[in-house]
Amino acid sequence: MKRRRLDLAQVPANVGKGVDDRYKVATPLRGLLNKVFPDHWSFLLGEIALFSFVVLLLSGVFLTLFFDPSMKEVTYDGPYTALRGVDMSAAYASSLHISFEVRGGLFMRQMHHWAALLFMASIVIHMARIFFTGAFRKPREANWTIGIILFLLGFFAGFTGYSLPDDGLSGTGLRIASAIMLSIPVIGTWMSAAVFGGEYPGEFIIGRFYIAHVLLIPGGLLALISVHLGLVFAQKHTQWPGPLRTNDNVVGERMFPRYALKQGGFFMAVFGTIALLAGLFQINPIWLFGPYLASAVSSASQPDWYVMFMDGLVRLMPAWQIDFPIGDGYVLPPLFWPAVVGLGALFTLPMLYPTIEARRTKDKGSHHLLQRPRDAPERTGVGAMAFTFFTIATLSGANDVIADKFHISLNAMTWAGRIGLLVLPPLAYYISVRVCLGLQQHDREVLAHGVETGIIRRNPDGRFEEVHQPLGPVDDHGHPIPLDYIGWVVPKKMNRVGALAPAIKGFFFPVETLPEAPVSPAVPSVTGPSAREEITSGR
Amino acid sequence: MTVTQDGAHGAGTEPVDVNDPKLSRFDIVREGARRDDIEIVTYESQFQGTNSKAEKRVVRNIALLFMISGVAAAAFVVFFIVWPWEFELGHTMSDYYTPILGISLGISLFALGIAILAWAKKLLPHEVSIQDRHNKPSSDEDRLITGQTMAYLVDELGVQRRPLLKGAIALGLAPLGVAAAAPLLGGLIENPHKDSEPFMYHTGFDPVPNNGQLVRLTREDGSPVRPEDVSVGGQITVFPGIPEGATNKYADSPTLLVHLRAQDAQDAREATEADKINKGGMWGNYVAYSKICTHAGCPASLYEQQTNRLLCPCHQSQFLITDNARPIFGPASRRLPLLPLEVDDEGFFVAASDYPEVIGPDFWERP
Repeated sequence: MKRRRLDLAQVPANVGKGVDDRYKVATPLRGLLNKVFPDHWSFLLGEIALFSFVVLLLSGVFLTLFFDPSMKEVTYDGPYTALRGVDMSAAYASSLHISFEVRGGLFMRQMHHWAALLFMASIVIHMARIFFTGAFRKPREANWTIGIILFLLGFFAGFTGYSLPDDGLSGTGLRIASAIMLSIPVIGTWMSAAVFGGEYPGEFIIGRFYIAHVLLIPGGLLALISVHLGLVFAQKHTQWPGPLRTNDNVVGERMFPRYALKQGGFFMAVFGTIALLAGLFQINPIWLFGPYLASAVSSASQPDWYVMFMDGLVRLMPAWQIDFPIGDGYVLPPLFWPAVVGLGALFTLPMLYPTIEARRTKDKGSHHLLQRPRDAPERTGVGAMAFTFFTIATLSGANDVIADKFHISLNAMTWAGRIGLLVLPPLAYYISVRVCLGLQQHDREVLAHGVETGIIRRNPDGRFEEVHQPLGPVDDHGHPIPLDYIGWVVPKKMNRVGALAPAIKGFFFPVETLPEAPVSPAVPSVTGPSAREEITSGR
Repeated sequence: MTVTQDGAHGAGTEPVDVNDPKLSRFDIVREGARRDDIEIVTYESQFQGTNSKAEKRVVRNIALLFMISGVAAAAFVVFFIVWPWEFELGHTMSDYYTPILGISLGISLFALGIAILAWAKKLLPHEVSIQDRHNKPSSDEDRLITGQTMAYLVDELGVQRRPLLKGAIALGLAPLGVAAAAPLLGGLIENPHKDSEPFMYHTGFDPVPNNGQLVRLTREDGSPVRPEDVSVGGQITVFPGIPEGATNKYADSPTLLVHLRAQDAQDAREATEADKINKGGMWGNYVAYSKICTHAGCPASLYEQQTNRLLCPCHQSQFLITDNARPIFGPASRRLPLLPLEVDDEGFFVAASDYPEVIGPDFWERP
């Protein structure tokens, strides 16, 4: 069979053979191509964080080409006339240079900042999804912990980045960071002196934050994101309960081509959203804040949103100072509690939650099927409590702006925050547990009696009653046989069980004759659209 | 290759010989999936027939989206290069540079994203596959073998049997570990209490480094301040009148000099005279307090003339100037230190001494 002539059709096969001879990839690659992923919109929230991170890396590299992380004093001589002749650090001057004189510099800066905000926001939303559906349970506890560390790293990446331009706002943020370090008992002054290289602000901090912001923290993020995704891959994704779905299988579609293609399209859409935000919505206009001066600050000094909860807690803390009358006397300032203890607790308690819940419920099994929030009312209540706390703390971080815009007394805002922080979370717990129980009950009711049709019937004896559409088989008297709850959406409207005809395709005129309308899902057609819908998207 | 068949799937999938020339490509794909314990339950086109009108329409739309993406990307490149980008004063073309970049790149990426999504969602066949999770842990035998192997490794090293090594390892490695951390930590550590005058307790108003001369209160530009420069009820921020006194090198020194109205000054004087430390610190109706908030170090810069309250905009701590700058609301727990005032021979304000109390945010060893 020896032929010298080059057979083009055989080239891919030959290349593949050559590669496999050397690296033995065919078998693992088949597994990869075939890997099945379950599909649900809520599984894509973490992807937004991943894609924003890629945008952060790309735009960040651009910014490093022009940024000068130096606190050397220079006099501004650029095109922005309002600051011409003003003494400032080289870091601030180069940030102005990026904003005003570099082609696309301002666009890239705003893209970087918007991507950072989106990164943190999608982490929080993704975390909420994981929490409320119980996806953190065994065997995924470690990945939950890694996720929280990722949020913490993102928090510090954001703070160091916020500090780098050395404008009026970021300097104030640094000052507060220094005060937080000082508030730590015994080692506080030593810690602040170590970070700032002596007295605040010193001459090192921008350089040190720069290397942390562009190498150390992103390195950590990259490493942990790899582990995070690797674990999702190795442990296989969780899935919602539903037809065919068990704790031992994965129902969905194979990774290639459709699933991977959808990911690619979603990445582009996220990237496009960030580009639109960066182009159209101004963010952090550093030229308006001026260079950092220890003596100047404006009202409405706010950190980025993901730091606001901490700022809010600091604002709400009463002035409780603890004195230790030993020797010359020692002090524990009130700043220590919200900023150090509070932040520490807010990060460690969630890390421990999977263990706490498993111990409380004495649950040692592995879970690959998600729970609807209503089916775990206590967990949902705890989550609602945590988010209420977070929201009040975050709003309190802007209480001066709220007071100003709505003409409320500033002190009243602070007191409302103090009281709200204690009263509202338990209330949120109570309300959400009751709502969950109510929803559970309604699910069972529909499974037992059928869907309300909205049709009122008058019986021969004069009584009125509503006709119910049974979801399953009926007994001899026409009463529905109660169905078991399997942990998935119970159809509660007639439209959900096929009462609504499928939409006609085409904008101005129908492009195709209609497929046959699906029959009742009690007897689903094996290949009909409604049956597929039920399995794949779970609506 | 054998496949575990359990109840959930496996039905209707028999192993096939992949070398069989009669098999279609999909048959081979399905066999591959079977070997990965995947059952392809449904895999069907979204269109009726191979050449349906609806399919063509979707293809046309996707093609259009790719075109839009390309046009917008080309526009982005052109605008990026030719549009005036440098900031200019006034209302100029360069104002639109960033929005144009955002819109063109955004449209390009968005259109591309939607095109790819439409391709995947509208053109590719719908599929339901079931894969076995294989979530069972390793077999008991494997666990035993691995466990014993690891225990064997420890045995071979014989640390248990050779106690001398145990101690030697500890003595050898612990210092090396410390040595690894030492350059990083050791290089960073600075003693905050070094020098005869540790910086924690001194500001730019300290007369000692100023050759014993009392330090003047100056404005940001370095010009000294006379009493008549501050109107009644007014206040200005002052800095130590030493080289670089108004820069961040003396970040702990900014001070608020207030000229109180007569009645307020009377209240303030009574309060300061009654205080052990602040006694005699006012000069006439003038009083000076550190501007650095004792809570978190922001400049407490919002002075409310009517109530004589000083508010820090960072965390809303409020200090009552007429009562030794006592904190009356918010998280601050300590009053602002008072800078004792005097007027020198030439009629300029000077600090009679450095701050008698520590300025700025609190810390553990503050006396």
